[in-house]
Amino acid sequence: MSAQTAISADKAGHQAALDDASHAALRNTMRVQRMQDFVFHKVTLLFAASVLVVLIGIIISLAIGAMPAFREFGAGFITSNEWDPINDQFGAVIAITGTLVTSLIALAVAFPISFGIALFLTEICPAWLRRPMGMAVELLAGVPSIIYGMWGLFVFAPMFGDYVQPLLKKTLGVLPIIGPLFQGPTMGLGILTAGLILAIMIIPFIASVMRDVFEVVPSVLKESAYGLGCTKWEVVRKIVLPYTRTGVVGGVMLGLGRALGETMAVTFVIGNANKISWSLFAAGNSISSTLANEFAEASSELHVSSLFALGLILFAITFIVLSAAKLMLAGMSRKEGVK
Amino acid sequence: MQAAVNSVYRRRLLGHRVGIALSIVAMAIGLGFLAWILFTLLVHGFGALSSGLFSLDTPAPGSEGGLRNAIFGSLMMVGLSTLVSTPVGILAGIYLAEYGQNNKFAAVTRFVTDIMLSAPSIVIGLFVYALYVAKVQHFSGYAGTIALSLIAIPVVVRTTDNMLHLVPNSLLEAAFALGAPRWKVAMLVRLRAVKAGVVTGVLLAVARISGETAPLLFTALNNQFFTSDMNQPMANLPVVIYRFAMSPYEDWQSIAWGGALLVTFSVLLLNILSRTLFRQKNP
Amino acid sequence: MMSPTATLSTVSQNVNAASSKPKTKTKTLEISGLNFYYGKTQSLKNVSLDIHDKQVTAFIGPSGCGKSTLLRTLNRMYDLYPGQRAEGSILYHGRNILEPGVDVNMLRAKIGMVFQKPTPFPMSVYDNIAFGVRLYENLSKGEMDERVEWALKKAALWGEVKDKLNKSGLSLSGGQQQRLCIARGVAVKPDVLLLDEPTSALDPISTAKIEELISELKQDYTITIVTHNMQQAARCSDYTAYMYLGELVEFGETDQLFINPAKKETQDYITGRFG
Repeated sequence: MSAQTAISADKAGHQAALDDASHAALRNTMRVQRMQDFVFHKVTLLFAASVLVVLIGIIISLAIGAMPAFREFGAGFITSNEWDPINDQFGAVIAITGTLVTSLIALAVAFPISFGIALFLTEICPAWLRRPMGMAVELLAGVPSIIYGMWGLFVFAPMFGDYVQPLLKKTLGVLPIIGPLFQGPTMGLGILTAGLILAIMIIPFIASVMRDVFEVVPSVLKESAYGLGCTKWEVVRKIVLPYTRTGVVGGVMLGLGRALGETMAVTFVIGNANKISWSLFAAGNSISSTLANEFAEASSELHVSSLFALGLILFAITFIVLSAAKLMLAGMSRKEGVK
Repeated sequence: MQAAVNSVYRRRLLGHRVGIALSIVAMAIGLGFLAWILFTLLVHGFGALSSGLFSLDTPAPGSEGGLRNAIFGSLMMVGLSTLVSTPVGILAGIYLAEYGQNNKFAAVTRFVTDIMLSAPSIVIGLFVYALYVAKVQHFSGYAGTIALSLIAIPVVVRTTDNMLHLVPNSLLEAAFALGAPRWKVAMLVRLRAVKAGVVTGVLLAVARISGETAPLLFTALNNQFFTSDMNQPMANLPVVIYRFAMSPYEDWQSIAWGGALLVTFSVLLLNILSRTLFRQKNP
Repeated sequence: MMSPTATLSTVSQNVNAASSKPKTKTKTLEISGLNFYYGKTQSLKNVSLDIHDKQVTAFIGPSGCGKSTLLRTLNRMYDLYPGQRAEGSILYHGRNILEPGVDVNMLRAKIGMVFQKPTPFPMSVYDNIAFGVRLYENLSKGEMDERVEWALKKAALWGEVKDKLNKSGLSLSGGQQQRLCIARGVAVKPDVLLLDEPTSALDPISTAKIEELISELKQDYTITIVTHNMQQAARCSDYTAYMYLGELVEFGETDQLFINPAKKETQDYITGRFG
């Protein structure tokens, strides 16, 4: 009996020693794990912060680059419509006007078409067509902007200048008030053309955003309207649109943000003339086309600095527009109940 | 009464039909432009497609040439950018998904990432110019790579973040319930569950930067000759297309069309590939 | 004269034989005064009960009574979500696991959980099982193979998957996936297994298989199961806790509770008068 108790006591001691060893091993694993978790957190945090750092860096470097120009011209830089590299006189009005006007034309044209496409994809398209159609829209969005520029320059602009512009001149050009917009030589290249090419570029983008927004509408809501005998169009007008109003505006503003910053599509067809005129047919310049054309050859410090100033202004405008768009779309997702 | 109801109904029906018709017209317009552009590319670019396009470098006007140095340069810069932006973007996306629940910093980062997604790419070019090119006094393939990476990173961050959010809590809890540390749950379970989606995001980023011209204008610029030295200005497809297309020389324009065809169809192929790949693996 | 090793094994056999007799009455987890809050809402009120070693304890009650919440405090799963907190004491190996200093990962390695929805990891069947083991043990390939086979046998799944260990866990049927999750939980050799409505997403045949499994597993593990199916609780468990609106109404041996409940509310629930 005592031998057995001795043996069982020994077994207990043996077991205790094993337990201690495995405990120590376990505690070691825990310590390593804690360290790994710590490092993981810091590394991912670092990379996430890099995006913020880049943003701040952009603002700072643009501001520094633009300093000389603002010091020389002051606030008058934004209101002056001179752009004379030879005499080192620069003002942002021509470029800003070009950017704004082309973008607004693009929006005005793109909005109804994108809207129609989004509607088609969500409400009208038969299910089997939906995916290929949707893919076609996304492919259009994927075409690089330089291609739009080339196509615009070689295909669209000549046709536009030969056929459409004279037509517009004869019809809209004789109307009061908006008439002067459609006067002038019909070269094909110019602000209007640039606006239209931009429109084609941002159509698929706005259409995608709108389609996502339309899909958020709960089907029970639409079904109740159908149940009352509404036609499809009425359901869209009376249920879908009011529900998605904020999202639609947000989508449009996102498109505007894109259009404002677009470079290559515009540079090919805007005509690259540093002057403003009332006619939409005239050549002009946008901020991005000015930068694209002149940066490489700009020699004087003031010229380079003015270009940086233009870049800063462009960034500021797009930042504001995109932020507003984001806030609106965020309001939309609040409606669907964010987690 | 019947007549009145009918006329009201007919008016509603007409409005409905008109609205639907307009919608279909809009779709047709969109599709029409896509077809027009692709057709133009094929017509003009096909003629330029020859073996010479791939074996010869960019020529002086009037002489024979191709796009070899441009293709090489683009491949190098896009490839290097992808290598850089993929881990940075994925890890940043993991941070946002794992630690970014009630976190002000994460909310701000998400916001900024979304802005950067749509920000003008020419400004990125200016930034890299000011920060790097001006300091070292020369254009280079490295500068171009930096610029492209800065454009690609927000795309990867956004898609990774969105994808990781799709993983159901129950899967994560199951991993935590085994006593797994946080980083293993994030990398071995959460990320793996949406592997295909993350790859899609990367492919989309690649497609995006393949076509970018503006940022390269101020960073890599262009090079008439072939070089594999990334520290030199590097030829690349978009800038070459830009220069040649805007020029008055017909042979240059023809080469530009060839390049445009190459770029467009590569980008479209990448887009299609990424979307079909994702659809396959979606559970 | 028996050799020392033979004596040793006889002794251990005797010890084991003694513990396989019912009702060892050791308590693995002692819950006292447990309160739980989702933000400002209190969903567990002053719950106290004991989880007995190598027994099956069932939590039953109508929807929203707090049984899942209670289960999830036992492995501090609520820690993942800010705004959820627990007060009170849950003693495990003499230590209150609700204290801040407790290593939660280590705790979860000892107290495993299987969820209502089968959650195979996006990896092969083999890797699913190996995942948990690799966290804390350094096994050679041969040892890991053995462990995987052992775990799958314990979960009564080995026969069905032994030829497809490299296939994705997601390729199994629902019932198989759930057994995979059980195998995964068992493979790390925990003390306690928490089962949160493990069969409510499964068909009746898979359910029966898993209930069989539970009665086998309790020989080696302490099991706590949440179920909204009273008959399941009556079939499978040794102890039952009936909860209602966050409070523990009655706790006792299953036979006792079902045949002769002490409280009227318990009787009402069991006889289906409500819930």
